[in-house]
Amino acid sequence: MAATDALVTRGDTDPKGRRGPRRRRGDAGYWLYLLPGAVLFALVIGGPLLFTGYLSLTRWSGIGDPTFVGLENYQRLLDDTVFWQSFRNTLAMIVAMVVVPTVVGLVLAAVLFDTIGRRFKPRTANALRAAFYLPQVLPVVVAGIVWGWILRPDGALNGLLDAVGLGALTHDWLGDPDTALPAVMGVMIWVQIGYPVVVFMAALQRVDPELYEAAEIDGAGWARRFRAITLPQIRPETFVVALTCTIAAMKVFGPIYALTRGGPENATNVPSYFAYYTFFKKLQVGYGSAISTVLTLIIVVVALLFIRAQHRAERRDGSA
Amino acid sequence: MSVTLTPAEAPAKTGRAARVPDRHHRGVGRWIVLAVVTAGAVLMLVPFVFMLLNAFKTPGQYSTDGPLSWPSEFYTQGLRTYWTQVDFPQKLWNSALIAGSVAVLAVVVSLLNAYALGIGRVRGRLWIVGAFLLANMLPQESLVYPLYYFAKEVGLYNTRLVVIIIFTVIQSAFGTYLLASVLGTFPKSLLEAAALDGSGKWTILWRVVLPNVRPTLAVLLVFFFIWTWNEFLIPLVMLIDNQTQTIPVALASLQGDRLMDAPTTNAGALISLVPAIVFFLIFQRTLSRGITVGAEK
Repeated sequence: MAATDALVTRGDTDPKGRRGPRRRRGDAGYWLYLLPGAVLFALVIGGPLLFTGYLSLTRWSGIGDPTFVGLENYQRLLDDTVFWQSFRNTLAMIVAMVVVPTVVGLVLAAVLFDTIGRRFKPRTANALRAAFYLPQVLPVVVAGIVWGWILRPDGALNGLLDAVGLGALTHDWLGDPDTALPAVMGVMIWVQIGYPVVVFMAALQRVDPELYEAAEIDGAGWARRFRAITLPQIRPETFVVALTCTIAAMKVFGPIYALTRGGPENATNVPSYFAYYTFFKKLQVGYGSAISTVLTLIIVVVALLFIRAQHRAERRDGSA
Repeated sequence: MSVTLTPAEAPAKTGRAARVPDRHHRGVGRWIVLAVVTAGAVLMLVPFVFMLLNAFKTPGQYSTDGPLSWPSEFYTQGLRTYWTQVDFPQKLWNSALIAGSVAVLAVVVSLLNAYALGIGRVRGRLWIVGAFLLANMLPQESLVYPLYYFAKEVGLYNTRLVVIIIFTVIQSAFGTYLLASVLGTFPKSLLEAAALDGSGKWTILWRVVLPNVRPTLAVLLVFFFIWTWNEFLIPLVMLIDNQTQTIPVALASLQGDRLMDAPTTNAGALISLVPAIVFFLIFQRTLSRGITVGAEK
């Protein structure tokens, strides 16, 4: 590149030619602006990531030198029932944090926008939206603490059941392996629901209202309008919400720590809590690194699949 | 809306348009929908009501009357116990210092990175932006042990500084990704005009680029603050004593203590969420304004 540019400059005296080398010098100048970010990035993300990858091939308690053991940790993972349990629980988290919030969020946003927003005052729709969004504002650990208390044997849920005469149903919701996971899922749905509602309602603002008017005049019912207008119009946002929530569901840590610490009997354990526990409680750094490396790879693959699917959908729309 | 039909179209559609007012006033359906959605919204608020109801109740009344009773007196001991037991002012200051520093530093780093990537268009920028995006999606578990180990080695363990450095990088990874695409569409004419006036890159960045993207930077600032405020894993690992811990970490470590009574739990949760709500209310307008300005571009 440099040689050609130099040749062009020397042979060609018009202003266009002279711009070549100057622009290159410019590039070099811009690199300087990337320098602080790049150094910090290497120290905080690049280096540690590679180090974790290396540690996953060793046995190490965090003191002394790591012993290289090859793929031993990964072999151990395959036989570890807790590891498999934690990934099964991740699927439950995806249902609670992605599937339910996205589906319910789509319907809610459409109802708030298409029915309530247009048949009642916009202020009604806004107030309802705020109520659904409120749990998103509070720190997730606070949500964990409050729900942890509500679900306690002497907590508000059992109090409520007693009060309405369903005392027979009272239960240690988080303490029983059979109910702990559904209880955690319920909390996560409560936490997550506001995010898609707000994003989808914002997306619907840019849809031409005449589309809805026209469809209605043509006699399209609510379900028809939802399928033919709402869903296609907000597909880009649906992709973004599904991707960000899926990644959040795979990484979920704070709520599990605050609600159950993975218990009882690993009923609510998830990979990130399992890795944390292996690192800092069991002091098996190599094994913990293997868990987090697998989790990282899965997240990267899922993200790439999502982005490719989105790309394809966009191309299909473009050509159609 | 049918009023806006042009006269030319109106006659052709009279037959259909006549049905519209009828639909708009189809009474029962819309009220049922409103009732269902309102019931859902009320259900969302129930935990907050429980929290308020029990934060000001005496432990004695809680154990005899249960969690649903109306507080018989305005009991503030739970609040005071939590306040002094966790040294709440110190925690509030730690959280504010960490989240505030990160928000400012991460915006600066994002802007510098994005200037090189979006306007400088340095070679390989797609890969660089991709790497930043990836960094934002990574689970923090894949970084946490090396960071913990390095922090101990260099003597930064249990300092607020190490948490500030780490989150400056993590948040600016997202900021770089977002800002690079915003600056990628920056009007060339403005840059060229400034260059003709003899401005260098440094001057152009602060005098031309910065004023134009200020609304986007304000949104990033608010997001970075809230995200850092709520971060949990890395502060939990890095900050171990009362002088350095943030609000979420302090709250969670208290929760392990089974002896804590219900009013204190609720009072603690209540004051811990107040700063987040206050911050949200103050900056809600910045957020919506910034987003609309971004959309117009």
